[in-house]
Amino acid sequence: MKILLVDDSKTMRSIQKSVLTQLGYTEIEEACDGQDALSKVGAFEPDLMLVDWNMPNMDGITFVKHIRQNDKTTPIIMVTTESEKSRVIEAIKAGVNNYVVKPFTPDSLSQRITETLTKKAA
Amino acid sequence: MDPQYITPFIKSIQNVFSTMLHMPVTVNQPTIKHCNSAAYDVSGIIGMSGDVVGSVVLSFPKETASKLITAFCGMEFPVDSPDFADAVGELVNMVSGSAKGMFVDKDVSISCPSVVIGPGHQINTRSDTPCVTIPCSTNEGDLAIEIAIRESNAASKAA
Repeated sequence: MKILLVDDSKTMRSIQKSVLTQLGYTEIEEACDGQDALSKVGAFEPDLMLVDWNMPNMDGITFVKHIRQNDKTTPIIMVTTESEKSRVIEAIKAGVNNYVVKPFTPDSLSQRITETLTKKAA
Repeated sequence: MDPQYITPFIKSIQNVFSTMLHMPVTVNQPTIKHCNSAAYDVSGIIGMSGDVVGSVVLSFPKETASKLITAFCGMEFPVDSPDFADAVGELVNMVSGSAKGMFVDKDVSISCPSVVIGPGHQINTRSDTPCVTIPCSTNEGDLAIEIAIRESNAASKAA
């Protein structure tokens, strides 16, 4: 299982990486914004992406829209401080499969990841 | 400043610290700030735009910031390292993002965070916007949230 973490905060990527490692996922690639992620996604071919919303250069929602032009199936979880209902709806319309609001506990992130992958496998 | 913009920051900092740092925060009486000097040596700054405009600062003494960032990241970083600044930025991002989600019927965007470290630094806010300081205490020391925000002219006209 290959997982791409897209967040401009190295701290946040480390926290997410630690949760993923505890879940047994070790094949993890990191990107610091949407542009960086777009440049890595082709070679890495992730099975799951965790994407922040507010990032420099290219934000998460723009990245998701780019990805969904050609890839409708790879699961994407938005992990963001954006908690307003309107933002969640916007993300889902753009093609996000699940949504985690920061701050999160390791358990809640684990739960969303498992839930998303289970849905994909069904 | 309208209290509807203060309460979300109080709830938010308590939620962020309890969830990510496993640390309770005691919030003391907010006061109006009359000078541009930051409360402490380390400041994480976020801008707000949209229906509410202005800035939010999370300010800590270096020693407190160091202990809080260790609790947040699970490891210690030198205060002058990029990792330390990144973690301070993520904390202010979470506190501000979470708070603006509690603003009622307001469409607000937040900027990427900036972090300033150094004694006696100044943060100039808009002259037409009062700044409110919310002093906070934790087991690892004191910190402050400084909020200088107001409804944008467009949002005020629409209301």
